[in-house]
Amino acid sequence: MAQKEIAGKMIDLDENGYFTDPDQWSKEVALAYAAEHGDTLTDKHLEVIEYIREKVKSGQTLTIRSIGKSGIVDIKGFYKLFPGAPLKKATKYAGVSKPASCV
Amino acid sequence: MSEKKYPLKKVLLICAKGTLEDVLATLVMANGAVMEGIETKVFFTFFGLDAITKKRMNKLHTETVGNPAMRMPGGLPFPTILGMLPGVEAGVSAMMKKQIEALDIPGVEEFLMMIDAGGGEIYACKLAMDMFKLTKDDLVDEVKGVLTVGEFYEMADGLQTQIIFT
Repeated sequence: MAQKEIAGKMIDLDENGYFTDPDQWSKEVALAYAAEHGDTLTDKHLEVIEYIREKVKSGQTLTIRSIGKSGIVDIKGFYKLFPGAPLKKATKYAGVSKPASCV
Repeated sequence: MSEKKYPLKKVLLICAKGTLEDVLATLVMANGAVMEGIETKVFFTFFGLDAITKKRMNKLHTETVGNPAMRMPGGLPFPTILGMLPGVEAGVSAMMKKQIEALDIPGVEEFLMMIDAGGGEIYACKLAMDMFKLTKDDLVDEVKGVLTVGEFYEMADGLQTQIIFT
């Protein structure tokens, strides 16, 4: 585990760069953290991130399929928002742990 | 000194069987690769073509005959002779589909849409299509093309590429 300063706050990260404490997350931190990875978060990104945070907080398994059914974005749109590995990227910026899901 | 790693960049999957579990295994692997940002191509051949044939894709069944891993609910062995009775295969398959849905695993049609939406590519085998007298129109829209074996191998160019036969 390592600490890293993001947007002026000390954040605990695991070895893969995921937050270990979701409560350390804020919108400002997310924007700065994404920028570090070369991504600019729009309101749509943040809407998806909020959805992910809610879902994880309530203890539900996060899947690409559930995001596609969230009404915020369809699966194609989700891949467009977070190109490459969308679920990994989005959870990283959402300040939650790495998704443990195969779908 | 840490060892240099070469993460997977491209996978090509082959699905040659048409039972529900064989098809789902391929689709889970393919979708999983797409989710990881790995370039993914799925090739359906022989009975695997059922998974991308419009008329048949939503009617795939679980193998109840000659499947020694089959169990009754509760864990007792499932006698092969039971699997031969009319309706048993359909019943078992319906049960399997229910369990799969409960885990938020999509059905075949939706899975193909998800793979396509994520940029994965789906192909059909030319030889098997000729054999089963299928045309491109019989297949779902997500199918990007009908390939010969040679064309399929040509796609496996580049480093860090794997071909997986499920």
